Amino acid sequence: MNTEELEQLAKDAQAAQHQSPRSLNVCLAAGCLTLHSEAVKGALDAEVKRTGAGCRVRGVGCMGLCSLGPLVTSEPGDSLYKKVGSTDAPEIVAATEASPVSRLLCSREQPFFQHQVNIVLENSGRIDPERIDEYIAVSGYQALLHCLTELTPTQIVQEISKSGLRGRGGAGYPTGLKWGTVAKSIGANKYVVCNADEGDPGAFMDRSVLESDPHRVLEGMILAAYAVGANRGYIYVRAEYPLAVKRLTTAIREARRLGFLGIQICNTQFSFDIEIRIGGGAFVCGEETALIASIEGKRGTPRPRPPYPAQAGLWEMPTLINNVETFANVPAILRRGADWFAAIGTAKSKGTKVFALSGKVRNVGLIEVPMGMTVRQIIFEIGGGVPEGRKFKAVQTGGPSGGCIPEQFLDLRVDYESLKEVGSIMGSGGMIVMDDSACMVNVAQYFMEFCMSESCGKCIPCRAGTAQMFELLTRMTKGTATLRDLELLEELCDMVSNTSLCGLGQSAPNPVLSTLHYFRDEYLEHIEQKRCRAGVCPCSTTPSAPQKVSQ
Amino acid sequence: MSLTLKKPALPSDDKRWRIVNGTMRRHGFSRDALIETLHTVQESFGFLDKPSIRFVAESLRVPPSQAYGVATFYHLFTLKPPGKHCCLICLGTACYIKGAPALLAAAEESLGIRPGETTPDANTSLTTARCIGSCSLAPAVVFDGETLGNADPSTLRQHLEGWHSA
Repeated sequence: MNTEELEQLAKDAQAAQHQSPRSLNVCLAAGCLTLHSEAVKGALDAEVKRTGAGCRVRGVGCMGLCSLGPLVTSEPGDSLYKKVGSTDAPEIVAATEASPVSRLLCSREQPFFQHQVNIVLENSGRIDPERIDEYIAVSGYQALLHCLTELTPTQIVQEISKSGLRGRGGAGYPTGLKWGTVAKSIGANKYVVCNADEGDPGAFMDRSVLESDPHRVLEGMILAAYAVGANRGYIYVRAEYPLAVKRLTTAIREARRLGFLGIQICNTQFSFDIEIRIGGGAFVCGEETALIASIEGKRGTPRPRPPYPAQAGLWEMPTLINNVETFANVPAILRRGADWFAAIGTAKSKGTKVFALSGKVRNVGLIEVPMGMTVRQIIFEIGGGVPEGRKFKAVQTGGPSGGCIPEQFLDLRVDYESLKEVGSIMGSGGMIVMDDSACMVNVAQYFMEFCMSESCGKCIPCRAGTAQMFELLTRMTKGTATLRDLELLEELCDMVSNTSLCGLGQSAPNPVLSTLHYFRDEYLEHIEQKRCRAGVCPCSTTPSAPQKVSQ
Repeated sequence: MSLTLKKPALPSDDKRWRIVNGTMRRHGFSRDALIETLHTVQESFGFLDKPSIRFVAESLRVPPSQAYGVATFYHLFTLKPPGKHCCLICLGTACYIKGAPALLAAAEESLGIRPGETTPDANTSLTTARCIGSCSLAPAVVFDGETLGNADPSTLRQHLEGWHSA
């Protein structure tokens, strides 16, 4: 494969699309599939065959607005249809030659679409994820070919550093710095690992990216491997995402067929191949050292750092570990330049971030916004606000390692630093909106239960501390806690976060700390008045619970 | 003296063991294929029992303790045979906020078992998940691999009763 051949492939694919410009694109990502979009595609296929309409029916990736699925787009014109059923097929096919079906039309003019900036999701919902030629038609693998033939590995690392890209897994470590460290480390072998163990509850960004545009992640990984000098890669995917695994497997096979993976990629001296590893449903495996243990076939328990995986990772060799979304940003940066990327976002957080917006919000789905957008814009303009006339209470970001952001910080500009300042973290990108029917003590208890059962048990602060904190929070929800318990809880938070071995334990107290900070009155109500104002906790159903004093 | 280690005999002449052997062969019987192999065993047989864990351990030359440790560490592996049907309730944050606890209570009451258990007639297993990523359809329940979005306790009960009468 050389540049001319790739261009020819892209031209061929584009020409094929121009030959039959009319196409109906059905979302076949997880959200719409659950709503039977496969049957919709079948019905459209049958209808096109029956009427002989000159129009293609394609399965594409996620279009974002998952709550209105199944979604179908009709080209040309890019009309978006919502809540499409199999019975709508005749009307939709007929409409490809006339005006769109107004009954099903979903406006593209609404803030949900208008306020987004798509880099990672630029092809999502536009190309068939199972066909490499469609990815090539939208400039796919161009960055790879250009970098392999014209740039040195050092130049690539410099370009990534210049772009200001930071790890999208949550911690926000500068990607260029990480790549540089691995590139400089010496080892007989080096590895590139893609962390697709998206364990945070309420987060489905990586899943969508893998299901909608898998080649993008592969291209990012191949570029990373070239930059750091690795020739073996692993993608560690959750077993809960069978569709993502299937599409990745197809993508890897196709990439091998065209010589983007394997020996002497694109006729250069560089060789690299990727293997998929399937997780076993352990949250702690999202932690990089635990993930490495899991790839090695062991129990997923973390180990102390340093040495960092960049120096001694998989089989004690230098290993680069990045998140799915980080890799997905790489081809765009190298194709369009670091300066273009650095112009988007805030001073310290560049580019965009994909968020999975869910919970008590009208437009549930996947969004990509430039860094620095306010929480208010995300929830009330893109998300459409809280439904059923209820009042916004808090938004939870960062999963079990993050915190709850209350109403007074709605005008906060979302980036790594500002979220940290208010006691939460960027996290992988789950955003769960809560209204006044949620009880913050209950939410804290929910996350503590999560951390307690997901703790791997290797270090005592996390193993025992989370269990004790859960017990204290349970007492509060039951209305049997005392003020001394609250003090104890705060002490434990401090101890667990400062003495745990890995990120899971260190961040486990975050949901408690942030809710305690902003909703302390709710905790006090549970303790002193045995009352839960949202009516969620058991104490609210037994208002006459006898006061239990332990002092 | 030969250095080749003797491969253990297949636990039975069940054809599914060939699939398991195939997975190990594909990974060159290397030790890091342990998790992959256990996945294959569970896919083929539905669960991991002691003879199968021992067989995999011996084939890959890992200590049985490590194989057992891995099998019990990861939530996805189960050492008990599953029921004929499986009801999985998602307890992800979005589902939790939108009423998953009520669904779980309804399922527990309807089946008379706790999560991770199977009804005595081996008909239905009840499990929970940390997040199945179907947050746009919260709360979500998976009945035998088919996801039902926006679930409520009464449809859940109907579904479970349908399995029981079938």
